[in-house]
Amino acid sequence: MAKNIISFAHKVGAHIVYYVDYVGALTRLFFKTLYWIFIPPLKGQRIMRQAFIIGVESLPIVSLVAFFIGVILALQTAYQMQKLSSEIYIANIVALSIVRELGPVITSLIVAGRCGAAITAELGTMKVTEQIDALETLAANPIKYLVVPRFLAFTFMVPVLTMYANLVGIIGGYLICVYRLGIRSSMYLNMTFDSLQIKDVTTGLFKTLIFGMIIAMVGCLEGMRTEGGAEGVGKATTLSVVTSFILIIAADCVFTAIFYFIFP
Amino acid sequence: MIEIKNIYKNFNSSKILKGLSLNIADGETKVIIGRSGCGKSVLLKHIMGVLRPESGEIIIDGKNIAKISSKELNKLRMRMAMVFQGGALFDSLTVGENVGFTLYEYSKLGAREIEHRVEESLSNVELCGIQKLLPSELSGGMKKRVAIARALCVNPEIILYDEPTTGVDPITADSINELIRSLHDKLKVTSIVVTHDMKSAYRIADKIAMLYHGKIIAEGSAEEIQQTNHPVVYQFINGLAKGPITETIDKCI
Ligand SMILES: Nc1ncnc2c1ncn2[C@@H]1O[C@H](COP(=O)(O)OP(=O)(O)OP(=O)(O)O)[C@@H](O)[C@H]1O
Ligand SMILES: [Mg+2]
Repeated sequence: MAKNIISFAHKVGAHIVYYVDYVGALTRLFFKTLYWIFIPPLKGQRIMRQAFIIGVESLPIVSLVAFFIGVILALQTAYQMQKLSSEIYIANIVALSIVRELGPVITSLIVAGRCGAAITAELGTMKVTEQIDALETLAANPIKYLVVPRFLAFTFMVPVLTMYANLVGIIGGYLICVYRLGIRSSMYLNMTFDSLQIKDVTTGLFKTLIFGMIIAMVGCLEGMRTEGGAEGVGKATTLSVVTSFILIIAADCVFTAIFYFIFP
Repeated sequence: MIEIKNIYKNFNSSKILKGLSLNIADGETKVIIGRSGCGKSVLLKHIMGVLRPESGEIIIDGKNIAKISSKELNKLRMRMAMVFQGGALFDSLTVGENVGFTLYEYSKLGAREIEHRVEESLSNVELCGIQKLLPSELSGGMKKRVAIARALCVNPEIILYDEPTTGVDPITADSINELIRSLHDKLKVTSIVVTHDMKSAYRIADKIAMLYHGKIIAEGSAEEIQQTNHPVVYQFINGLAKGPITETIDKCI
């Protein structure tokens, strides 16, 4: 019995140590990345390449998901609002939910699954085939060369993609409400723009800035510390996506609470 | 001058280097031999500063590479080059970009000039016209040679080769040996060559050193090594299945 308790405590302790260690490694990588951003030269071409992969190539899936989220949200809200005969408020609810919450989170999760995993797999493969060691021997700092462009691209592109997702989601809601639920188009648009304040948009986008950094840092960290061949790369990729998801949701919770309680 | 003083390195719980010391003089070609998995590649990575020893120091031209700033270390690395065992070519870059990597990154040379240098390096290893290919489109031996070309492209003073002739045909292997010799003779390049191929070891070496159980157990010129009466070295260079090396392993099991 006592033995079981001790071994249980051992496991819990090991987990806590692991997470504290992980957050430490993440923070260290973050500060190193910040440092290297300001050491010239900063090659725009490399950043643009990453930005293209993250931004442009994610457009189809982001469009699809954002559109459906808009449609679903409108239908689900309508279900409740029709009972209260206050359908005109569907527009507000759709707009606010998407801009404040769903747009940022859904976009970040898509990017984490699509691109976060990809950078972990790429850097992980480079690690296990000694390409990262080779970079060092060629006097190129791996953080400067590999992490900085990805960090900047994610930090910039996730908010941009989110703005786009917000727009598409609102269009989805609009189409359902105007063509299926019989709400007047001008009315819907008025309600949408009246309900949205600048604050709603900026807090949403601020969060995505953080989410973008989280995806880049987790993706790069997992990649750079991959060990053990192809199997290791697979494991690192899974871990990267799972960790990004958890950290995004946790950060979302924290920031939403901060915005709610401190800057109401 | 490269001085390796009493370095120790552990991975997890296994001790790989156990108080290894070795000096490599300027312009010398030092061949390092030893069994598979004894830590030869690990030793080379320590010299490049990619791995850090648990204790002990590595001093290159009077500078302890663990103590100098990363800027100084990179300056030192510009004068050195390493050929990795698996090539370690960047697979997102073309062969040309791989070979000219350092020049494209750091030098102020024009694109034409760099392309010329790349072509020259590739012709040194008997490759031509493959600049536009990706590493995934090359054979194993070609990758190895491109890796050598990448090391040569910056005209380094110190080159570390990790099994440069493994996986290439005997004719190419000989021309690689020839290349290492001519760099030694003409340009006074300091070379450290890890190899299992005793024939090429005898051809290129000024000194041969044997790594065994984390230490250098014997060092000498090719003749001295060939005439050794050290039982471990004798078994190794003659490739005998029976002897002190295999006996200790049997004991371990
Ligand atoms: N990054 C690492 N993590 C854990 N162990 C490692 C690592 N690198 C090397 N090792 C261990 O160190 C030992 C020596 O490896 P090393 O690659 O130096 O061998 P080697 O002498 O180059 O062998 P070979 O001739 O087969 O290339 C091996 O047992 C290996 O398991
Ligand atoms: Mg090796």
